[in-house]
Amino acid sequence: MAGTKIVLEGDGVGLVETRYFTFSDFELEEGGRIDLVTIAYETYGTLNEKKNNAILILHALSGDAHVAGINSGQNNPGWWDPLIGSGRAFDTNKYFIICSNVLGGCRGSTGPATVNAKTGRPYALDFPVITINDMVDAQKRLVDSFGVDKLLAVVGGSMGGMQVLSWLTRYPDKIRSAIPIATAARHSPQQIAFGEVGRQAIMADPQWKYGNYYDGFYPAKGLAVARMIGHITYMSDVSMADKFGRQRKDKAQPHKFSADFEVEGYLRYRGENFIKRFDANSYLYITKAMDHFDASQGKALQDVLCGIKARVMLIAFKSDWLYPVYQSKEILKACKLSGVDATYCEIESTYGHDAFLLEVKEETHLIGHFLKKVFYEYEVTGHYEI
Amino acid sequence: MKYDEIRLDHRVILEWVEPGSTVLDLGCGTGELLYVLIKEKRVRGQGVEIDTQSIYKCVAKGLTVLHGDIDSGLAEYKKNSFDYVILNQSLQQIKHVGQVLNDALHVGKKVVVGFPNFAHYKSRFQVFFGGKVPVTGALPFQWYETPNLHFLSISDFVNYCRLRKIKIEKEICLSKRGVVRAYRNLFAQTGIFLVSK
Repeated sequence: MAGTKIVLEGDGVGLVETRYFTFSDFELEEGGRIDLVTIAYETYGTLNEKKNNAILILHALSGDAHVAGINSGQNNPGWWDPLIGSGRAFDTNKYFIICSNVLGGCRGSTGPATVNAKTGRPYALDFPVITINDMVDAQKRLVDSFGVDKLLAVVGGSMGGMQVLSWLTRYPDKIRSAIPIATAARHSPQQIAFGEVGRQAIMADPQWKYGNYYDGFYPAKGLAVARMIGHITYMSDVSMADKFGRQRKDKAQPHKFSADFEVEGYLRYRGENFIKRFDANSYLYITKAMDHFDASQGKALQDVLCGIKARVMLIAFKSDWLYPVYQSKEILKACKLSGVDATYCEIESTYGHDAFLLEVKEETHLIGHFLKKVFYEYEVTGHYEI
Repeated sequence: MKYDEIRLDHRVILEWVEPGSTVLDLGCGTGELLYVLIKEKRVRGQGVEIDTQSIYKCVAKGLTVLHGDIDSGLAEYKKNSFDYVILNQSLQQIKHVGQVLNDALHVGKKVVVGFPNFAHYKSRFQVFFGGKVPVTGALPFQWYETPNLHFLSISDFVNYCRLRKIKIEKEICLSKRGVVRAYRNLFAQTGIFLVSK
């Protein structure tokens, strides 16, 4: 994130706790199965009696269940904190917010780093291939456990947006609205290429050892490089120029090829930070799941969307070159052809792909009003007499 | 809002549009017309608008809107997707008028077109006696800041429809005071037409 100072409206959710939901016998799309699945999640607000105010927020590649508030003993607010709380876009006075860590992740949910009960050792590469649809099916189990039959909204950016599209196309009767942000119905070759370079960086690290690194040294360098590549694609030419320019770091560097430009230092810092909280094997599994995702299920997307009653709000960002606006427009086109009620907004932003985490004011306005419309089931706001 | 507060041209369109129909408003601005159509005629409405601030206002009204150019993506709809496509006060600002009108007549069963009349007598006076490009109520912009790319009169539009075999189903011409019934190309500031293929 570009670390901009965000002026908060309303109140945040304060101290929050990550919880864990466990279920057994989980069949996977690609044929494998997991005996015991744990999903880490957080909730904010209260589920109402009708159980019609639940919103599911879906995180991106490196995100987790901690989307808002502060966890005890830590000072990092959740990854979308400014949008969630009393009087904010996801108003916790009205709505019940659920966010879970994806299947295959490493932030409390079952993934390759989890100990396999059968062997007593981490799964590593014995972990079965997972898909975006599997992530969604695991979320559905969690949502069902709350007794929620129909979600008010599913919302997410980037990979979270792919999960939104999976919900929309596979469980259209289980949601009243969908908000895919800065996302694509399927990855382009360019996106797959960036994913592959990240994976190669991890697998080229001698510490990776075909995924069996859990009892020794960690493929830290490889994962850090993968994250550095990621960060380049999340920013834009303009946002990098604004943030770093060609500034030199002020410390005198002792050797050649040190990080003497600000941007180099930033990328190294981001890479080093990432290895503290992310599992390299999870990175491999999740990026593969993203590359393989195709919301159109082998058909034309408009055929898959046909007859869907859920309302859609698509949000894209002008400077996003990782998930360019044309990809959102392709989804929009399919909505037009299938008659799905879709609103499309293109936000002016120089932040690149990161904009979906940073353009808080615009997203608050758009998402806040859209959710109200869906929740109160009105066609247009306000009253007037003729 | 009261009926008196609804713009005169919007009232004309409100009269024409059948209740419960589907509407696509191209260049919907802040969504005033769509809002009234949904409130009064229970239409299923959708707007297209390029201006970001206007889009935000539409969303705040609860409208379904698409952010973009009128010209882009119109042809993506299936034939007869809408009962009405509305081009109110936006036709004169479109680059490829012929193409957009064609597409509008394809995706809509009927098309509403509203535009400022360049041949209004006040404009004629300003050109003839003042020797200046007219600045009037319906054409309020100086030459250097106008968003209008095309200047047409009511007669021009009628001729265009005849040439392109577009059927004029209804027309109402307005001045500030109301409907103009005689010498409309001279006395009307705005022309509103309901056309079909």
